[in-house]
Amino acid sequence: MIPVIVIFVYLAVIALIGSIAYKRGQDNTEDFFLASRSIGSLVFFLSLFATNMTAFAILGSSGQAYRRGIGIYGMMASSSCFVIPLTIFFIGTRLWAVGKKFGHQTQVSFFRDRWECNHIGTAIFGLSAAMLVPYMIISIMGGGTVLAGISVNPATHQPLIPYALGCATVAVVVTANVFFGGMRGAVWANIFQTILFLCFGLVAVAVISHALPLGFSDYISRLAGDEKSRFLVTREKMPPQAFWSYTLIPLSSIMFPHMAMMCFSARRVTAFKRTVIAYPIAIMVIWLPCVFLGVLGFAALGKIQDPDAVLLRLLHDYSPAWLAGILGAGIISAVMGSDAHQVLAMSTMFTKDVFAHYGGREKFGEHRAVHFARGFIVVVTLIAYLVALKLKEKHGIFEIAVRYAFSGFAAMSPVMVAALFWKRSTKWGALAATLFVAAFLVWTAFMQSTHKAGDVLWQIGAGADALKVFFLNPTGDVAFCNGYMTVVPMVLGSILCVLLVSLATRPPSQAAIDKYFDTASSRPAA
Amino acid sequence: MKEFLLFLLIALVYLAHQDLWNWGKSAPLVFGFLPAGLAYHAGYSVLCAVMMAVLVKAAWPKRLETEENAGGDGDKDSAARS
Repeated sequence: MIPVIVIFVYLAVIALIGSIAYKRGQDNTEDFFLASRSIGSLVFFLSLFATNMTAFAILGSSGQAYRRGIGIYGMMASSSCFVIPLTIFFIGTRLWAVGKKFGHQTQVSFFRDRWECNHIGTAIFGLSAAMLVPYMIISIMGGGTVLAGISVNPATHQPLIPYALGCATVAVVVTANVFFGGMRGAVWANIFQTILFLCFGLVAVAVISHALPLGFSDYISRLAGDEKSRFLVTREKMPPQAFWSYTLIPLSSIMFPHMAMMCFSARRVTAFKRTVIAYPIAIMVIWLPCVFLGVLGFAALGKIQDPDAVLLRLLHDYSPAWLAGILGAGIISAVMGSDAHQVLAMSTMFTKDVFAHYGGREKFGEHRAVHFARGFIVVVTLIAYLVALKLKEKHGIFEIAVRYAFSGFAAMSPVMVAALFWKRSTKWGALAATLFVAAFLVWTAFMQSTHKAGDVLWQIGAGADALKVFFLNPTGDVAFCNGYMTVVPMVLGSILCVLLVSLATRPPSQAAIDKYFDTASSRPAA
Repeated sequence: MKEFLLFLLIALVYLAHQDLWNWGKSAPLVFGFLPAGLAYHAGYSVLCAVMMAVLVKAAWPKRLETEENAGGDGDKDSAARS
């Protein structure tokens, strides 16, 4: 009961923050969606980080470490430490500048103006929305699962907060926070949330180490000494091709609509300075303890039914109830911090890129546009909640969809780079890359649903020397050239599409080039 | 020359991520409990922060700071209608 009370106090604080932000808000879309581009340096870092960190950073990382070992940190976390700050540094700052100068509130609005074409923006909107929706659904599912897991009654082994109520609680609090507070509400809540989940890992390690019967070194030495578990403390079962491929996945970060919106919301470009330096350290502070505890969980708990619950099990078994509640709030923070921005991003895209762009703002006015955005927030969250309930048992489908989404957004990054840095890039090049990414995702999903693990889809040559160009790996995912992840051909294909089709088509107008490249203030290197 | 050195820095840090020499190793346990591969990548994360500090110092796009005073002039996303 104590963890449940602690978590509900936390949720009440988040809702309160939303209501305070509502009182400070103005009735226009720039204020609602971007907090009037007024986010300061420290808040910008805390909020950008919360936007990008999901429950996967805590629960998924420890679950993956339990299954696959310490290599998960190098594959997923340290590759992000390298790529994400670089993309924020090179792309995020330029996005901020074009947003500030030309009033763009979404990536789609920038693409439309940069290439003087409605359709390219609409195509990118469609693809981005399709890739973002599963992410929102899985966030709500994650919230329901965590609340049910934390609130299990030791006597009855039944959760005090059932899955459906947990999903509803997360959905209602996120909706209330964003509905009333918009970007300001989400960002203010992020300050509290990020501090909470940054503290999570360190506190969890300290508490669990104190309660475990053996020392950390005893458990790790035991794992290293056993042939069956040795792979958990090395990377001997992790294919180097997959390890390398994963370095392309964090390219997705800057292409997520909610991350781009955060870049638009900074008050000053100097806010990016501290953010890019602190970002790798913040990733380490969250991921390192969680990966370590995931591996440790294998040694301390043995086989468990749901590896993604390893951290919850460790907390349940080795920490006092009140602390488990606070740590649970840390996990929920990660869920809600990113979910709020996903909901807001969907609402912004729909309101600005569809409703306002196709005449809604002229017809109904700026004031009504904010009402429309709020209505959209309620509808989209309600749909996500109903899907999360209806398809609870099929959550694997959404997990796969999210994996596709990461590859898809990563493969769209060449389009953004071309828009910002290459004068000669054309709308046709961008459209070709967008359609290529969409087609590749559909093809991958189709192949994965019609073939089984181990099937070869396309091979060059025969026998032992054959090159398996596309095949389904042992986990059932489509793989490329003897083991690379599909993000590799997707990114390469997208680069080629932008490059070749742009060169083969008429350049953009001189006016558009002058607008984005020839002004003194926003002149990205050509 | 400065651009080349910065590019080289980024390339070297990227290559340092692919630590094939640690693949099958668990020893030594750093601080008595962190397997070698995990400790290496924790250190790598700190290296990335240092790299970003160098980039901020040496390659910060100062010209963008002029935008701070320019201010947004409203939503012009409908300008693209054509």
